[in-house]
Amino acid sequence: MHELSIVSSIVESVIETLGAYPGAKVKEVRLRVGALASVVEDSLQFCYELATDGTALEGSKLVVKILPVVAHCDACDRNVEIESLQSFRCPRCGQPVSDLRQGKELEIESIEIDEVEEKV
Amino acid sequence: MTTRIVELRRGILKKNDELAAGLRGRFEAAGVLVLNLVSSPGTGKTAFLERTLRELRASGAKAAALVGDLETDNDAKRLAASGAPVRQINTHGICHLEAEMVSKHLDGWDLADLDYLFIENVGNLVCPSSYDLGEKVRVALLSVTEGEDKPLKYPTLFNSADAAVITKMDIAEPCEFNRAAAVKNINEIRPGIRIFETSAKTGAGMAEWLGYLAEEREARRV
Repeated sequence: MHELSIVSSIVESVIETLGAYPGAKVKEVRLRVGALASVVEDSLQFCYELATDGTALEGSKLVVKILPVVAHCDACDRNVEIESLQSFRCPRCGQPVSDLRQGKELEIESIEIDEVEEKV
Repeated sequence: MTTRIVELRRGILKKNDELAAGLRGRFEAAGVLVLNLVSSPGTGKTAFLERTLRELRASGAKAAALVGDLETDNDAKRLAASGAPVRQINTHGICHLEAEMVSKHLDGWDLADLDYLFIENVGNLVCPSSYDLGEKVRVALLSVTEGEDKPLKYPTLFNSADAAVITKMDIAEPCEFNRAAAVKNINEIRPGIRIFETSAKTGAGMAEWLGYLAEEREARRV
């Protein structure tokens, strides 16, 4: 249950970014989360509401895109998607794979904001 | 009002990752091998570490330890009996160690004078896997009392490990521990990982483990 500290980091990063857009209101925060990142989306959503309360992010939506684990299979010489986290094997040839290319991401991809029109 | 999409592409744990990268540089420059020990509560991290520190000291190596717990300095007291420098990190409710906590607790230690630094993480099989502490080797521990399928239940942690240690082998039989299944499961999650079967009580497997530590330390110096 470290989702609250993760969400707090998200809020901090977004507020920092908002510095360049004075008065802007956040509508959406989009995350990319690898299947091996050890975070649970439900917990993120729950903590998000708590952590954004009273900030410029209040009322915004958290969109979580889960990325599957991708590994390089040396035998097939190509990147393959790991179908089960209980077995790190190439789904094509069955060889064990340890060279992971995707699945541990934990990042803010983008934010959608409503900007205040500049006064002329 | 205009709507705009701002691309961030920023790691959520960027601050921790940057601090950890800084620590890794410090550890490498000092020539100290740093290991992060992770497991459930009760696996026997502290007993395993006590034995490791004692045997390293007897062999003339210099080792120190940082030990993380929510509360109490009981583990630090236990480990300090080995004669090694030990510091307790109390997280006060946080379920894992972070790079900043490690950094703060290194003050006054001459890292260049150490061969090994062990960081015993908070007992937890989920959260510590997200937090880089600047270690060179992440060690996942599993005891014979926990069930052979633990690696399958907690793949994120076992997949991020560089070595696995099975503890309490002295009671494997009464626990009806299926060694082959445990080894197979660890390999399913982290193919090719080094696995050590140990007992802190009898000392079984400790020679192989200490040999591995020495190898890892040598490998770093090249």
